[in-house]
Amino acid sequence: METFVFFYFASIIVLTAGFVVALKNPIYSALALLVMFFHVAGLFVTLHAEFLAIIQILVYAGAILVLYLFVVMLLNLKREEHFHGQFIVGLFLGCVLFAEAVLLVLKGETTLGGNLPDSAAPMELTQGNTESIGELLYSTYLFPFEVASLILLVAMVGAVILTKKGILEVKG
Amino acid sequence: MDVPISYYVVLSGLVFSIGLIGVLIRRNIIIILLSVELMLNATNINFVAFSSYLGNLSGQVFVFFALTVAAAEVAVGLAIIIALYRHSSSINIDDFRLLKW
Repeated sequence: METFVFFYFASIIVLTAGFVVALKNPIYSALALLVMFFHVAGLFVTLHAEFLAIIQILVYAGAILVLYLFVVMLLNLKREEHFHGQFIVGLFLGCVLFAEAVLLVLKGETTLGGNLPDSAAPMELTQGNTESIGELLYSTYLFPFEVASLILLVAMVGAVILTKKGILEVKG
Repeated sequence: MDVPISYYVVLSGLVFSIGLIGVLIRRNIIIILLSVELMLNATNINFVAFSSYLGNLSGQVFVFFALTVAAAEVAVGLAIIIALYRHSSSINIDDFRLLKW
């Protein structure tokens, strides 16, 4: 049953990822990415990461993708040109990278796979997934958490300065 | 859970490769940014799978941080795209080969 669910999610993820790259219209690409985000969230649920599944839908599908769609519709693009001239080279490099990953996994079955448990270790279920992540986030990873907030602040200021008319021109 | 972890690694490698191909072969800057999102999601799948199989929650915390950085990247990246479009009314990557204008 779990194998079937995994293969359903995996096939949809790969299919929609292919659509994101292959479709000509940027709006269709963004919508394919939306479907992919939902299926990644489903994969997270099967891996007992419920908090991240919800965050995936809220942040990625709710915020990031809406931003993309907003910009695509704001720019009002004409017909898009076709693929880049380095089409063959790019395809070849991607295939080489994937073959390398598969080869590493196959070779790693003897060394790395020996150490890994075949099935998931039972998570301590004394508290929920969200509570555990929160405790970890506010104790062990407190400093990275603060740095992340700083990154968001810098990104916000940078985005405002980049898009506001006149600021860059006056300085330049 | 009877799915071996190598399945998750292969899935993540496949999605990452598709994202890489997208970055290399597309001309539209927005699609290139979407492909970067694909690559970030591939690493997130890997993180969560290993976190779940090793029984260690740190991987999920790292996905949380990756999400934060992705949000920041999207905000700045789209701002740059809008500034570029305002400057030359094109978002074709081939139109931007000079570092100065």
